[in-house]
Amino acid sequence: MSNTISRRDWLLSDAPQTRRQARLGAIYQGWLTFRSNKLAMVGLIILVLLIGMAIFAPLLAPQSPYAQDLGARLQPPSAAHWLGTDGLGRDIMSRLIHGSRITLFIVGTVALIAPIIGLFIGTVAGFAGGWVDQVLMRVTDIFLAFPKLILALAFVAALGPSIGNAVLALALTAWPPYARLARAETLTIRHADFIAAARLQGAGRLRLLIRHIWPLCVSSLIVRVALDMAGIILSAAGLGFLGLGAQPPMPEWGAMISDGRTYILDFWWVAAMPGLAIFTVSIAFNLLGDGLRDVLDPKGDKS
Amino acid sequence: MTENTGAGGNTPGASRPDPSARNALRRRRARSIAGTLLSLSLTLLGLLLVTFIIGRVMPIDPVLKVVGDRATQAQYDAAYVAMGLDRPLVVQFFGYIGDVLTGDFGRSISTGQPVADDIKRVFPATFELATLGTLIGIFVGVPLGVIAAARKGGIIDQVARVVALVGYSMPIFWLGLMGLLIFYGILGWVGGPGRQGIIYDGMVPSVTGMILVDSLLAGDWAAFRDAFSHIILPASLLGYYSLAYISRMTRSFMLEQLSAEYVITARVKGMSESAVIWRHAFRNIAIPLTTVIALSFGSLLEGSVLTEIIFSWPGLGSYITRGLLSGDMNAVLGGTVVVGVCFVVLNLFSDLLYRVLDPRSK
Amino acid sequence: MTLKMTTRAVLLASALALSPAAYAETPADTLVVAHTIDDIISLDPAQTFEFSGNDVNNNTYDRLVDFDPLDMDAGFKPSLAESWEVSEDGLSITFTMREGVTFHSGNPVRAEDAAWSLQRAVKLDKTPAFILTQFGFTAANAEEKISADGNKLTLTLDKPYAPSFVLNCLTANIASIIDKETVLANEQDGDMGNGWLNTNEAGSGAYTLAAWRPNEAVQLAAYEDYWQGAPAMKRVIVRNVAESSAQRLLLEQGDIDVARNLTPTDVESIGSVEGVKIQDEPRGRMMYMGLNQKNELLSNPAVIEAMKYLVDYEGITGSFLKGQFTTHQAFLPLGYLGVLEDQPWTYDVEKAKQILADAGIEGGTITTRIRDLREYIDVAQTLQASMAQAGLTLEIEQMTGAQVLDAYRAREVPIFIGEWGPDYSDPNTNAATFAFNPDNSDEAKAVGLLAWRNAYAVPEEMNEATVAATLEKDAEKRAQMYKDIQAQYQAEAPIIPLFQRIEQAGLQDNVENWFSGGAVTSVIYRQVTKGE
Repeated sequence: MSNTISRRDWLLSDAPQTRRQARLGAIYQGWLTFRSNKLAMVGLIILVLLIGMAIFAPLLAPQSPYAQDLGARLQPPSAAHWLGTDGLGRDIMSRLIHGSRITLFIVGTVALIAPIIGLFIGTVAGFAGGWVDQVLMRVTDIFLAFPKLILALAFVAALGPSIGNAVLALALTAWPPYARLARAETLTIRHADFIAAARLQGAGRLRLLIRHIWPLCVSSLIVRVALDMAGIILSAAGLGFLGLGAQPPMPEWGAMISDGRTYILDFWWVAAMPGLAIFTVSIAFNLLGDGLRDVLDPKGDKS
Repeated sequence: MTENTGAGGNTPGASRPDPSARNALRRRRARSIAGTLLSLSLTLLGLLLVTFIIGRVMPIDPVLKVVGDRATQAQYDAAYVAMGLDRPLVVQFFGYIGDVLTGDFGRSISTGQPVADDIKRVFPATFELATLGTLIGIFVGVPLGVIAAARKGGIIDQVARVVALVGYSMPIFWLGLMGLLIFYGILGWVGGPGRQGIIYDGMVPSVTGMILVDSLLAGDWAAFRDAFSHIILPASLLGYYSLAYISRMTRSFMLEQLSAEYVITARVKGMSESAVIWRHAFRNIAIPLTTVIALSFGSLLEGSVLTEIIFSWPGLGSYITRGLLSGDMNAVLGGTVVVGVCFVVLNLFSDLLYRVLDPRSK
Repeated sequence: MTLKMTTRAVLLASALALSPAAYAETPADTLVVAHTIDDIISLDPAQTFEFSGNDVNNNTYDRLVDFDPLDMDAGFKPSLAESWEVSEDGLSITFTMREGVTFHSGNPVRAEDAAWSLQRAVKLDKTPAFILTQFGFTAANAEEKISADGNKLTLTLDKPYAPSFVLNCLTANIASIIDKETVLANEQDGDMGNGWLNTNEAGSGAYTLAAWRPNEAVQLAAYEDYWQGAPAMKRVIVRNVAESSAQRLLLEQGDIDVARNLTPTDVESIGSVEGVKIQDEPRGRMMYMGLNQKNELLSNPAVIEAMKYLVDYEGITGSFLKGQFTTHQAFLPLGYLGVLEDQPWTYDVEKAKQILADAGIEGGTITTRIRDLREYIDVAQTLQASMAQAGLTLEIEQMTGAQVLDAYRAREVPIFIGEWGPDYSDPNTNAATFAFNPDNSDEAKAVGLLAWRNAYAVPEEMNEATVAATLEKDAEKRAQMYKDIQAQYQAEAPIIPLFQRIEQAGLQDNVENWFSGGAVTSVIYRQVTKGE
């Protein structure tokens, strides 16, 4: 008992003894802040469940997501099919469960690629200044001026429709805001004393960029990514809806809604179930993002 | 996908109160109008170049769209040359730019008509929808945001938060389908897909291309009511996404103002709370708020592809998408020019606004 | 089901209580149609080759011979040509023009207009020109071979074709008769009015073109001086509505008279709606599966044979294609001369497995491209499932129609699933593309032939039989020739006809005599009436 208390005290100590203690302490404090936000916790729990669902999909799904049964098509939710069956008689719940893998794959990959491109372009632009900045920011503007879904459509149409290309297209259209953000951050810290100090110690530009500037931009980017996840899911679903995302018979949620719209007037569940799934997950990401912002970016606006 | 359009299924404009947008504005403000214009036209040119390249690498054959399935090789070759595709890419691109400068956008291969005519037809449809959507966003979103900020943590604030959250999280195509099913299919409260009842088709002379305006000009109330019943559902849908964004931004701007010193001073002086909020704080957020609204409007103008598809709305977004998928690059380029010009105009507009309204920039 | 009924009932009840809108009805003299018409790119009869474009031109123009929508069994009937005579050697046909018929401009319809219209189509040489040029017309000889004299028009052919073959081709839209004077007044840079006619009309049909807004709507207005009498519907509005559910809602709400793109589920539900009916009409379009012979696996006769047993014909036509397609396994659609109605194949995975095993084939993977239309994707997915049972893996890439077509014409689609619509009302239209491929080399670039696209080297005797059938004057013998070709085709060809399309139009109860075009032509509006 005393042991736990002391560990907590150790973490929350005002005078940390070691660097490690300080860092862990900061993380712990962040966790406490985050935990006090009930909605954010709800978001986190939903996402943990989602990840669990994706990992254990084959065990959880009552049936194969691909098994067709034309005789039992468009069945309403029942004991045999909790969420009903689709136009080819496939079990919607099994498809949703397996589809969570695709959703996570999309979100994860885009959330990894886009901020990195943005971070690189933004910090280089902000740090280098001059014509490099001008050129990079013009390019960013061009991508910003483009209607996003149409740009993504164009990429997918050019590369060929597949889940991988959809992810790539989404990433390629998602980076400009990150570049802007990273550039703005860079501009504010470029002339900070510690940068000047590091420079005096003989640090090269690249080293300054990688060791000193990037780490400082990361936390605001993470917040931004968490908040954007929902948008990424919705955009991916939009591509799937237009038939340019995951290819059949993959149970991608957007494509499932697209399938279901044929039947929407009489068999509402075919479109409604994946719609609800998308809604649930994106709301979870939104809640999580709000919570993370409170922790990582306390100075940012608390809307 | 932050600056997701209503099309992407997410919020118009930036999906969240976005500090970088304001940084960008500060950056903009510092520049001269001429510089802004120059860089914006460079952006426009770059936009065209990107679109042009996309069009050329796309594995969709525009010639086939023109000559159709049964064409012989000779007919195909003839059309290929007639479309000028045998010229080097650079020649094609600059030829195109030259034509655009003289107002010639070429001919669309999927409609067989000049792209300029097509755009004159589809843009007003999108403009009408986006305008109404933004108006709904403003008239609901701004008061909601202000009240939410004034009564922080109160019921209205919670409601506003939920409204915004749901707005950020709902796939627009799903909401659109369900809305159409319920309000048109089952309840019959609103008009169906399309811009007007089919029997009104072509009844009102087209002046502006916006049916609501045209029917008013013609004094045709029946047509106006019909058009209104058709636009209200998709506009509300876009308006919902718009208001989710606008209300959040309003709230955060207001919070910033309400914690400022002058507000505290005013309160200390005994000024009434509503006077503090509306006369002081709100006046100060008017400028950034206008920019937010312009951004949101801009993203709706870019065309809400999915909404347009679901509501059979013959607008710019579905025009560009259709062009893209059939290799109709003149249509895509023309549409992109319009989108780019909207972007430029709205940017200039917010720049000017800063200059005119913000005393510090003088 | 119960759940669905209750929610609907509750909502309906509240709708009745709350809804201020009365049941809308379209005006009695106006026909309002919802249809997918985004394929129209030109309305020039010499160029138009899309379904929706033909739907328009079929009503704005007349031809020398036309179909009577109320008597389709009779085949083509005299239209702008009152009568015709075939020369003894069978090499020329002389038409006598009907007197007193006027174009929409008021100009009389003359033999000269008819000759010019056909010459123009040959000279412009747009995609559908082959329908005329297959009789030996070329840009160089058109004026000589197609000639007008007084009110007589003479066509001189290069071979003694069966007259029914020639006349059937003249019912095609490319053979529409155009108002020469009006078009020439709008000619630009010697384009024979092509640019102008792309968006305008100069015919003598029952309707004039009032407006066409691409991807939005086509409006037709009755031609009061029409030679067969002014049509009952004074205005026809065709609105582009892409979604079936939207079309159904519009129909149920009474906002439209006809819905032409309803999915099977929507058709089924509409069946129980008061005041609305469904009209079934077999169309000429065939859904087929093309197995590309460039693919090593698919060129194996055992695989070709096995594939025929891996299509769940009954399951598909009984579920997601219900009512919209009927199983039909020969390349001539029902409604054509010489159609073969035998159905040799059934869904039999065990048999397919046996065939593959006997040939020593142990699995294999095929990646193919399918157009992103619901029907094709669903068919492909069921095929994917049954192929998997037989040990074959099918990977599906969804693409737009343009992309798939592009690849198909480049012979790059391993398994093509799609539709073929006949170009004219003669059996040769399908025979000449399914069962005719004189040169199977890549260099031949016979991109218009389905056999070539699938790299199917049609046996020499089948090529010859196809040509011979166009020359046989005796209708019965001709029919038998086509039956023989189809039987041989079923036995060995790697292009497998699967289903024939049935158009299920949703109509308001008061709409009478609706005609979507049957197997052989396009929609015709002039006989449509609306009762009380």
